[in-house]
Amino acid sequence: MEETPHRRRAHTRSSDLARYAGLFAARTGVMRSSAMRDLMAVTARPEVISLAGGLPDTSTFPAATFAAQMTRIAQESTAEALQYGPTEGFAETVDCIIEVMGAEGMLPDPDDVIVTTGGQQAIDLICKTLVDPGDVVVCEAPTYPGAVPVFCSYQAETIQIDCDEDGMRIEDLEAVLARLDGEGRRPKFVYSVPSFQNPAGVTMSLERRRRLVELARRRELLVVEDNPYGLLRFGGEPLPPLYQLDGGDFVIYVGTFSKILSPGIRLGWAVAPPPVMEKIVLGKQASDLCTSTLTQHFVREYFSERRWQEYIADLIGIYRGRRDTMVAALREHFPAEATWTEPEGGLFIWATLPEYIDTSDLLAKALREDVAFVPGQAAYVDESRGRSSMRLNFSGVGDEEIREGVRRIGRVIAEQVDLYKALTVAKGPEGSPGTPGREAEDVPVDEGAVLPFRKKESTG
Amino acid sequence: MKVAVLKGGRSLERGVSLRSGARVEDALERLGHETVAIDAGGDLVRRLAAAQPEIAFVAMHGLGGEDGTVQELLEILGIPFTGPPVAACARCIDKVLAKHELRGAGVPTPDWFAFNETAFRELGAGDALGGLEQRLGFPLVVKPSRGGSALGVKFAADRSEVPEALVSAFSYDSRVLLERFVEGREVAVSVLGGEALPVVEAIPGGGDRYDFEARYEIGRTDFVCPAELGEGEAAAVTGAALGAYEALGCAGFSRVDLILADDGPQVLEVNAIPGLTDTSLLPQAAEAAGMTFEQLVDRILDLALSAASAVP
Repeated sequence: MEETPHRRRAHTRSSDLARYAGLFAARTGVMRSSAMRDLMAVTARPEVISLAGGLPDTSTFPAATFAAQMTRIAQESTAEALQYGPTEGFAETVDCIIEVMGAEGMLPDPDDVIVTTGGQQAIDLICKTLVDPGDVVVCEAPTYPGAVPVFCSYQAETIQIDCDEDGMRIEDLEAVLARLDGEGRRPKFVYSVPSFQNPAGVTMSLERRRRLVELARRRELLVVEDNPYGLLRFGGEPLPPLYQLDGGDFVIYVGTFSKILSPGIRLGWAVAPPPVMEKIVLGKQASDLCTSTLTQHFVREYFSERRWQEYIADLIGIYRGRRDTMVAALREHFPAEATWTEPEGGLFIWATLPEYIDTSDLLAKALREDVAFVPGQAAYVDESRGRSSMRLNFSGVGDEEIREGVRRIGRVIAEQVDLYKALTVAKGPEGSPGTPGREAEDVPVDEGAVLPFRKKESTG
Repeated sequence: MKVAVLKGGRSLERGVSLRSGARVEDALERLGHETVAIDAGGDLVRRLAAAQPEIAFVAMHGLGGEDGTVQELLEILGIPFTGPPVAACARCIDKVLAKHELRGAGVPTPDWFAFNETAFRELGAGDALGGLEQRLGFPLVVKPSRGGSALGVKFAADRSEVPEALVSAFSYDSRVLLERFVEGREVAVSVLGGEALPVVEAIPGGGDRYDFEARYEIGRTDFVCPAELGEGEAAAVTGAALGAYEALGCAGFSRVDLILADDGPQVLEVNAIPGLTDTSLLPQAAEAAGMTFEQLVDRILDLALSAASAVP
């Protein structure tokens, strides 16, 4: 690669930097670089076992199917597959989307659907449509790390509501809304990943779903339901999406083919009430005119074989096994003080360590052992939170790597726990300026990481 | 001339190093040199042997590339290289060693105490902390001894924050130092071939002054070059920086980071191979001295070649 002749741009002088800096939009001042970018650059080394990604398993997708479908598209739909398409997406793609949503009991009007470049663009377009600088957006704590930069880039004031094992704490949400009422403000929307949440792995209980939808109706408050993982349930009973409970009046729905088929095809969607959708379509036109027609053709072909649900069933089998492997490895290798979620679906486990361990620093240590995870702070707008938590992915790597990866992380944690105890248990002679105040035995857990320490409140 | 540009590697500053390296390659090509870019990995020796470069430009930061490891290898292979020699790299990367050298040479540096992890784990060094805290006062700064960036550097505002800060710092190195916090202006002096370039002052845009990201992000920290210093201040800062450069045996180029306190400058650390990215301080200082980036790279090559020819 290095040997390839190429021409680089003229180098930037500091005077150029100053000139560019003067041109930057105000929003770039609050754009966050992806958390711990330089540390994460190291995680890409091939020898690193990465439990950091959010990658679905694509290794079991049948190669012959993929080849046959792409060939058929190339031969039979050449001109159309290479051409622009409608901004809203092809009707055939929307039919596939209706089918996917139907599998979770939702019945959207096809006119309310827009095909987007991944679910990520749907989040971006929703913000573009609704958020002015300074507007309030409410989301979960922790929240999807990829949503944080979107909210920041639209200069939203983001308020995070703690989750527990039943998802977003609706009482806390009500308290925040009441406080905002007092200031004469209201959020533009509440963003939630109710099922197998990224990063926490928790699922909002049915009671809380009902309360959230009821609250949205009562207050005429928009809820953005991001549901990439709903069909990837490998335990417990399915729960109705917020969209189904609400009927689509106050819930804007975000879906994606990334986790049930392929993230590489970059196909997602949004479902919104007509007035909102009208603006989203205008926003999409400005952003990229239309979603890839080539991959929309692929989805159409793929769904025409009627085996998409079988493939999901296969994935569920794989992921269930990997979750079990990870949970067993956590029990074996993580210290007694650590806690973690045990998701019934999705891709992630959220583990929380004693509060004196900063998982960003721990990552540096872990990388020396060739293993990586996502430090919890990436899931918070206020980067001082989530410092002792981590997101672990179990979908993207095999069982053996999961076991070995967790074993290595457990070892570096154990070293830090031992060290902290050695630092705090030490007792100087009476009256000496001696010892730091805290005893290792009564280390409080990080208040920022409500998960999974606070038990659900009796009211649900 | 055929120049191997060594970049990347396994250190935590890999990302910065890749950007430094790319920019150096670009400048070398503009200067008419033939470049071979090598991301330093397991095949480094094989690739150097295959490329047969006349000189290596080391654009690596952090452990492995800035600590003398790669330099030692290049010496063995008989390939001249840019930047400080092995011993200077080894001294600069180890803040504790560097501070001993500085103090020995009479270069001002903040008071400190250093600990090995073993001291806490096995020798009950925790019992000694209280006394040290009293002598250094609060807030104090806890740093890993080795590591070129601000990763793992923590402030402890009071006693209760010390153990946590130590655990963080020990994530990066088995030796850490507790350092007296010195209030003052944050300045950096890049030294090129034994001569100080104009002083750069870093003015943080709010938040944590030891914010790792801020060092590499445009617009997060304001850099003023040349720094607005009085004549006496500038001379004191430059003098301390040159003293540090010499005390540690640097050659070619390096960057000295200091705090300019009311009672004069204090050297915090010397970066043997400072960043050469778009936002790095050495290129900014060179530019303030009237040098383009190409001229800077050309001069660094010349210094390395003349140093190599001076060696018997």
